This record gives sequence, C-alpha cells and structure tokens, in this order.
Amino acid sequence: MRNPTSKQQTGWAAAGALALLLALSMVTGAGAQSGEVVVYSARSQYGQEPAIDAFTRKTGIQVKSFGGNTSELFDRLKAERDKTPADVLITVDAGNLWNAGRAGLLARMDSPQIAANVPANLRDPEGRWTALTVRARTIMYNTSKVKPEELSTYEALGDPKWKDRICLRTSAYVYNQSFLATMIKRSGEPRVEQVVRSWVANNPTLINGDTKILEAIAAGQCDVGLTNTYYLGRILAKDPAFPVAAFWANQQTTGTHINISGAGITANARNRANAVKLLEYLTSPEAQQSFADSNFEYPANPQASVNPVIARWGKFKQDDINVAAAGEFQAAATKLADRAGYK
Amino acid sequence: MLSAAADRVVRPRPAAGRLTRVWPAAALLVAAIVAVPNVVVLSSLATPNVELWLHLWRTQLVELALNTLALLAGVGAGTLVVGTVLAWLVVNYHFPGRGIFEWALILPLAIPAYVIGFTFLGIFEFSGPLQTALRRWLGAGARLPELRSWGGVTLMMTLVFYPYVYLLARAAFRAQGSAALETARSLGRSRLRAFLEVTLPLARPSLAAGVALAMMEALGDFGTVATFGYRTLTEGIYRVWYGMFDRVAAAQLASVLLLCAGALLALERGSRGQQRFTQRERRGAEAAPVVLRGARAAAATVTCAAVLALAFLLPVGQLALWSARAWAEGRVARDLGALLANTLGLAAVAAVLTCLLAVVLAYAGRLHPSRATRWSARFASLGYALPGAVIAVGVLIPLSALDHWMGATLARLTGRPVGLLLTGSAVGLLFAYAVRFLAVSLQSVDASLTRIAPSLDDAARSLGAGAGRTLRRVHLPLLRGGLAVATVLVFVETMKEMPATLLLRPFGLNTLAMEVWERTNEALWQEAAVPALAIVLAGLVPVIVVIRWSSATRG
Repeated sequence: MRNPTSKQQTGWAAAGALALLLALSMVTGAGAQSGEVVVYSARSQYGQEPAIDAFTRKTGIQVKSFGGNTSELFDRLKAERDKTPADVLITVDAGNLWNAGRAGLLARMDSPQIAANVPANLRDPEGRWTALTVRARTIMYNTSKVKPEELSTYEALGDPKWKDRICLRTSAYVYNQSFLATMIKRSGEPRVEQVVRSWVANNPTLINGDTKILEAIAAGQCDVGLTNTYYLGRILAKDPAFPVAAFWANQQTTGTHINISGAGITANARNRANAVKLLEYLTSPEAQQSFADSNFEYPANPQASVNPVIARWGKFKQDDINVAAAGEFQAAATKLADRAGYK
Repeated sequence: MLSAAADRVVRPRPAAGRLTRVWPAAALLVAAIVAVPNVVVLSSLATPNVELWLHLWRTQLVELALNTLALLAGVGAGTLVVGTVLAWLVVNYHFPGRGIFEWALILPLAIPAYVIGFTFLGIFEFSGPLQTALRRWLGAGARLPELRSWGGVTLMMTLVFYPYVYLLARAAFRAQGSAALETARSLGRSRLRAFLEVTLPLARPSLAAGVALAMMEALGDFGTVATFGYRTLTEGIYRVWYGMFDRVAAAQLASVLLLCAGALLALERGSRGQQRFTQRERRGAEAAPVVLRGARAAAATVTCAAVLALAFLLPVGQLALWSARAWAEGRVARDLGALLANTLGLAAVAAVLTCLLAVVLAYAGRLHPSRATRWSARFASLGYALPGAVIAVGVLIPLSALDHWMGATLARLTGRPVGLLLTGSAVGLLFAYAVRFLAVSLQSVDASLTRIAPSLDDAARSLGAGAGRTLRRVHLPLLRGGLAVATVLVFVETMKEMPATLLLRPFGLNTLAMEVWERTNEALWQEAAVPALAIVLAGLVPVIVVIRWSSATRG
C-alpha cells in the first residue's frame, strides 16, 4: 500500500501512469498502416470470413477485422467520429444499416460494380450500404404434425387453429422488428397490429434463439414457428433426418420476408479506395459463392448459386420491397408490438 | 482466550491536522470520477422523451417495475436464506463433508449467471434430454415446470449469487466467535433461539451487505433475463435502446435503475441503524462446532450437497460435456490461450485498481465520518446496479469528448495530427470496471473495517501514528481477509463481465466472455461451453487460493 504522504512514491506513480498512457497511444495508433483496410464487423464468426481472407490473397491488401455487437460498434463509430480507424462497417439487419446511414456514419460508395452485383432492393436507396447476404425468415413446421397445405401466409398464423401451437422469438429480437417494419411499409400499421394481435391471441410460446425454436418444434413443444432459414440449414447439414421443414410464406401474395447482412464504407475512412475494392470483391460472384457455402445464407448476387443443403427447399418468391423499410419503420414496429401485447 | 463482542462505541475522533483534509478530499475525488457515468446517465432526464414514456406507461412500465421488484424480492430472500443457513451449518456444526462444503460452497461464484442460465435450459427445457426422456416414459403429456419464468430466473440468480451472503455471513459468524453465543446459551436460550436472537442480529451488516450485492447483480443483469424471456427494467432498457434506437430514452430508463440501486443501498445502510458493530480484539475464539449425528448429520450433508450439486456440479458437468463434444468436433476457438491471458490480465488489473479505490473511500469514511464521505461512498456504489452497457456508454461519451479535446490540443501544440489516445484503450475499460464493481469491493472492505474497534485507531494515534501509518500498520493487517475477498470478488466479476467489455475493449482484444457472448448470441451453446468453462475454471483458482489462505491464517 502506497503512503500518500510520500512524495517520492507519488512521483513514481505519476511516471508509471505517463508510461502507460504512452504505451497505450502506441497500441491504439497502430491501426492505420498504409493501405490496410480496417473492418468493424457484427456478422457472426467475425474475423473468420473466408471471403475476406480470399480478398487478401488475391489483392495483397491486408484486412484487419474487429468484431462486436451491432449497436456497440455503432456507438463506437459515433464516439470515434473523424478519428475512427474503421474503413468498413459490416453488420447484420437492414435496420441497423439504415440507422448507420442516417446517423452519418457511412459515406456513399459510388461504385457501379457494386450496383451491378447487387439488386437495387438490397441496397440503400441513397447508395451508402449494400447487402452481402440475404436471410429469409419464414414459417418452420414439424413434418410429422403439420402438412404444408395447412400453411399459407404469416398472417394466417393468427387463425385460431394454431392456438397453443406456435413458437416465436420475442418482439425485442431485431429480425422480428425488421419483419414487422417491412410489413408495416407494405400494409400499414392498423392492419399489421391486427395481425400481431391475432398471433398473440394464439398464445405463442416465446423462446430466445432461432435454433432453440427449431429444436422446440422438433420436440413437439410447438408445431410451427418463425425463424431464419440458415439456422435450419446448419442443423440439417449435421442431421438430415431433423423433422422440421421450411415453408415459403406468402408466395401467392407479397413474397417471403427477407433481411440482409450488409456493409458500408465509413464516412471518415482513411483507405477508402481499398475499402471500395473490398466491397466490390465481397459482392462478386466468387466471394458470394463462399458466403453462400459457409453459412447456408442466400447470396445477394443472383449470379452465385445457393448451397445444396438448402437448395432442396426450392426457389421462392422474395418480398422485393427495399430492405431499407426495416430501418424506417423499426421504432414503429417495436411500439406496435408493445401495443399488441407481443412481448 | 481472546474475546470478541459487539458493543456500542463512540465514533473514532477525526484525525488531527493535514491528513484530515487529504483523505476526504481523495474520497471525494474518487467518488466524483466514478460518478461521471452516473451523471451522464442521469443528465438524460433533462430532456425527457414524453411521448416514449407515455407509450411505456401504457404498454409495459408497470409490468416491468413489478417484475423487477418480484425478482429483487425473490433473489434477496433466496440468497439470504441459502447463504445464511449454509454459513451457519458449516461454522457451527460438524457433519460428514463439512470440510469440503466449507470452501466448495463458494465455488458457484465463478459461474456467470448467464452461463448457469443456458446450461439449465439446455438440461431442463422442453426439448432438452430430461423432458424428452420423461415424455418417452410417461407419455407426451409429461412436463416439468417452465423454467422461463419468475421462478426459473429467481432460482438461477439465487444459485449463483448466494455465495455473496455465504462468504460474508461465514466471516461474520466466525468473527463473532463463541462468547456471545455462549452467553446467550448460559442464559437459557436454545441453540436456535440464540442464533436467531444473538448471532443473526450481530451479523446483520454482513448479511445486508451480501444481500444488497446479490440484489444489485439481479437489477443490472441482462444476459439471464433475456435468455429466460423475463422482462425487467434492464431488459426494457435494451429494448428501447436497440429496438427504438433511442439511447437517450434508454438512459432515462437507466436512471430509474440508478434510483432503485440508491434505494437498495439506503435500505442496507438503514438496516445498520444507529448501531456500530465492532470486534474488540483481532479475532474471537471460534466456537467449537457441535458434532451432529444420525438424521441431523444426514440432513446437514444433504442440504449442502443439494445446493452444491445444483449451483455448481450440474452446470459445470453440462459445460464439460458440451465442451468435450465441441472439442471432439474441432469447434473450438483457435486462440483460447490468448483469450485466457487477456481475460486474466484485465481482471487482475481491474481487481487491484478497484480495491485501491475502495480502501480510499472506506478509509476516508472511517477517519472523517461526515455526510460528504458517506455520500461519496454511496454514490460510488451505484454503478453496480447499472447494466454494463449503460455504464459503457456513460464512459464512452465523456471519454471520447475528452479524447477529442486532448487530440485537438496536442495537435495544436505539436503541429502534428494526434489520434485518439483514450477511446479504445484499456483506460476506458478499466474505468468502466471500476465504476461497475467498486460497490463489490467497497462492501467487503467496509464491512471488515467496521468490525475493527475504533479504540485501535485511538491507540495508534495516541502513540503518534498518522492516518497513513495507522492504515498500514494497524488496519491493513486486520483487513487482509476483507481485502483478499474484495480482490477476488472483483477479479471474478471482471472475468464474467460482458457488455462493457464488448463496447470498450481495445482494438482486437478478445476475452473469454466475448467468446461466450459471440456463441450464445447464435444459440451455439456447445461452442459457448468451452470458453464458459474456461471462465469458471480460471475463477476457481483465485477463489480456492483465498479460501486456503484464509483457513491457513485462521486463529
């Protein structure tokens, strides 16, 4: 224990603190080497994206990835402002990308190549972000208890015949918020509130985790549920006999709801040119193939083909509304769920 | 034989001279710095989002508040009963296994609440192995009570937070020694009545401190309540923040949490009342444990074994099983060693730093018991009840402002552009840990400091020792136990901490908790098991060291 009256020891402590600060500044200043692209990534398995490794092999441009949760990377970018080391933000959920764009964290990409690689409804109308992969959220059912003919639309899950048979994530889950947000853009708040109320009336079991919902459906805790399809892809790759199948919802109407993981270039990127090159590569057919193969997601670039495990669910009609709606109506969707008693 | 007794005594007189000002000033400074994130959070109240509050009021605020209160009540009662009963058993009785239980019952402390949560769900949920087997034997209708409920969350938190009460209660019971109890017995009280009427009231400050810690943990927890779908105020904060992208409104909700934490601490202090609890001599003689036989011995053993099995063996066993499977399939992080090193390093620095701050605060309060020092300590403790992410933002905002200002100033002075020095360095993270865990170390240090008789201060001072010298030569040796407990608690807490680490950690610095978060986020519980098990095992080492050390120096 230090005696506070001893001046000598105080001096040592001050010198130590100074040395620590200097060391820290060296560590934190080490980010921006010449040409290196720094990525803030909230995609799962961050830093281990095979497509990014392939980019480095191909171009010789080094990429340094820093992983974190979406909102936290967002707050970090905001705090760092013009001094951020990040050149690229990769994140999941269109609502998050929309929000980063609105907060001024992203700059326009201005790349005709990206625009050619990715369909317009999967890109920011203002050109600040693009999808990397597409994630479909649809109805999952227990194959021994439900016939696909019994299913049709998301809205129809409000039918009383599904009482006590549905498993859902909570409304706090970002993919559910974005799901409701795009529904609001399509059909307006009153109609969506009515739908959500009808789901709630069916007394859904709320389970935190798409994989957990799929397991619950398989075990018979519920018969149907809503999840992203790649979770089922992961399970089926290991256990082809898993008794759950995906039903493409709303094929006769608006199409199945999709969300994205995507990327944009930060407003204060130091290596903008290389960052653009990275995103151009990540949306190219070659990289898209690697995305599709590594996580059972759908490629954002239609030229790449889907993984065989999920190809057996067939082609489906995607909701072609611009995914930016997920951000525009996210707050409205959250409040709507609260009002409708969807917890 | 040394004697120990609790008695009413006069407060230590303020020390004379220069040092009277130095300690309170240091305490105020510490409290002011640590309070910065709280102030940032509270300042959000200046611009209330009326529309949002109305929405929350109409849709969920009452439910969130009631759920939070119910959880606090449940966890408070649960940890109090479990912790006190276990401590009483191991201190006062001899029964088979007691020697092991005495230290083993502290082990659940090393398990993060969110980890015990997902292991229990993995075992007991509908699609888990147990219920699946039950359905096979008893038919499709067979069901266990739903874990995703108030009862489930309360059980999880009681199981991992009771060691706070147990640790402090055990220390208090032991410090009391036999004198008080024997006096009561000689006056014709039964053992139970003597316990209820003498031992318990004397141990009240320690019990209250332990329960307050457990309740504040419960208040700030997000991981467990989110996994169990149990909606509390903290869960509401995250919903508002992430779902409505409204950080200000989230901070406003967090101020409500701060007020709850303040109320909790006030209650805890209030429970001490006007009484001072001190220990006259260095340590009281320990009561010789009563040897239990037959059914009573079996009951004691079974009680301890049941708690240990549920709170430690079962979750760790499940983690080990999952880890083995993940390991066999090669689904393990490549850099586990680096993760472990980062985790341990951060936790060690945070633990030492936080305990130093706690000693300053507690000691200033002892030397100079004024309103200012009392409030310094209280205000500095509030951070414990705040969710880590809220603290992180409360740290990030002022830190980055300071950083941008420093950068601009330095650039002007040197003529060269200067990057960010603090944001994204370990400074912010350590600061956040100190804010969050100061309460833990302060409770422990303060509780043991309170038990040292003020007459010792007077004696030291009458012999010409100053405050610093008295601290070093008299108090610190007596505080060793309390300090060791405080350091280990903060160390283990820091290792388990997730949200603040996530937001503030230096570029590229990964920890075990980060790895757990990343995997559980995707519900990959088997993969999460390896780093989770590493956290538990790494936490066990210091816990066991302290236990061994404290039993070695006993008596």
